[in-house]
Amino acid sequence: MSPGEHGTDLVKRGLAEMLKGGVIMDVVTAEQARIAEEAGAVAVMALERVPADIRAVGGVARMADPSRVDEIIEAVSIPVMAKARIGHFVEAQVLQSLGVDYIDESEVLTPADDHHIDKRAFTVPFVCGARDLGEALRRIGEGAAMIRTKGEPGTGNVVEAVRHMRIMNRQIRRLTILGPDELMSAAKELAAPYDLLTEVARTGKLPVVNFAAGGIATPADAALMMQLGCDGVFVGSGIFKSGDPSDRARAIVEATTFFRDPDKIAKVSRNLGEPMVGINVDTLQPQDRMQDRGL
Amino acid sequence: MIIGALALQGDFREHLAVVSRLGHQPVEVRTPEELAAVDALVIPGGESTTMGRLASLYGLIDPLRHRIDEGMAVLGTCAGMILLAAATTGPDQPQLGTLDVVVERNAFGRQVDSFEADLDVAGFDAPVHAVFIRAPWIHKVGAAVEVLSSVPDPATGEPRPVFVRQGNVVATSFHPELTGDDRIHGMLIDLMEAT
Repeated sequence: MSPGEHGTDLVKRGLAEMLKGGVIMDVVTAEQARIAEEAGAVAVMALERVPADIRAVGGVARMADPSRVDEIIEAVSIPVMAKARIGHFVEAQVLQSLGVDYIDESEVLTPADDHHIDKRAFTVPFVCGARDLGEALRRIGEGAAMIRTKGEPGTGNVVEAVRHMRIMNRQIRRLTILGPDELMSAAKELAAPYDLLTEVARTGKLPVVNFAAGGIATPADAALMMQLGCDGVFVGSGIFKSGDPSDRARAIVEATTFFRDPDKIAKVSRNLGEPMVGINVDTLQPQDRMQDRGL
Repeated sequence: MIIGALALQGDFREHLAVVSRLGHQPVEVRTPEELAAVDALVIPGGESTTMGRLASLYGLIDPLRHRIDEGMAVLGTCAGMILLAAATTGPDQPQLGTLDVVVERNAFGRQVDSFEADLDVAGFDAPVHAVFIRAPWIHKVGAAVEVLSSVPDPATGEPRPVFVRQGNVVATSFHPELTGDDRIHGMLIDLMEAT
């Protein structure tokens, strides 16, 4: 065998490819991580508080305590992700040293910088949120190996995730019909790196996997995002802030696999108990809109 | 002919793209009815615990075993290898037991230990460029299993099988579907055409 190369684009993007068609669940304890794995999660996101509680508690939200991350890594055999603050490259260095499998440079935490992390400097891969194609390509340009919609985290309201996915799809479709002489001004309009933009124009898709995130609370929400073209689903507060987390987690996993089958979605949606309490996004004050962080 | 990919979770679309490229009809398999219609099957990369759970829940384990025992050609990559195997070195999880090996999951370590490298394969003229992502290796091989390639254990230097064949079953720890090298899918097609 030739010497192995670690941390290449293929290796980083490849793990996201393996997560496709799956559900990644926010967990705050080892016990929740085991429930998530048992329910069929493809990965868990280790954090100190789920987004709904971050909203409720207020103040500065930071990377989780390393002992909490360790406990969760110890508890499950599936990949463990964890969140770092936008721009906080030392939190990211710490998470890499803990052996986290993916870092979410996340707007759910309080941003630490106006700049994002130089993600190419790391062996561990990163996922970042995006509301549109320009944001997605800027993050990929910085080295993100996976993209997710931002949605509006901790609201249990899927509307913003839907909006972000529709914008992304529309912008990608438009690029595919532009002529070569129009691509530079498209790059300028979207504030996107030109090389990545021409790649999208040629292939008609993002160069990395794109998951749904931010407000997904029900099996039907998950299937909705999959039918809109997402590759998989993150569920944050939606599971462990609901009445019966285990049943809801299983149901969301099944709805994500059988996302085109309304009979199966109906079957798994029965008697799941109370979903998380939702928030109408229109009632959020500008400073409470997490999606506007780190553009 | 019709080649299915188990489409419960994972990178089945990449496998089906290879199937199309090689001139066969790609089909997503999520139910026993869909399984019954294919001539050969790929079990893709993904999370083996997720796929195993969904396969049990939707009644696919017995039909899969039955088709493979009857001689249907099957290729399992990474999680697919785990699903095909008899056991893992870790806690019990749903498995088909149609490949007589014991696998060790996440054998190389965590994602920071994932890597790509060129691999010599028995019977191939040129090396395969292989990408290992939180990959398993084979801990124990049964008598009927042919080892086509191994990698040195980073700790001990001992050879660990990562590409094996047993009759109509082919399995890799790595992901030929991600690297544009179609030789391993070609093996699946040869096996399918031979049966």
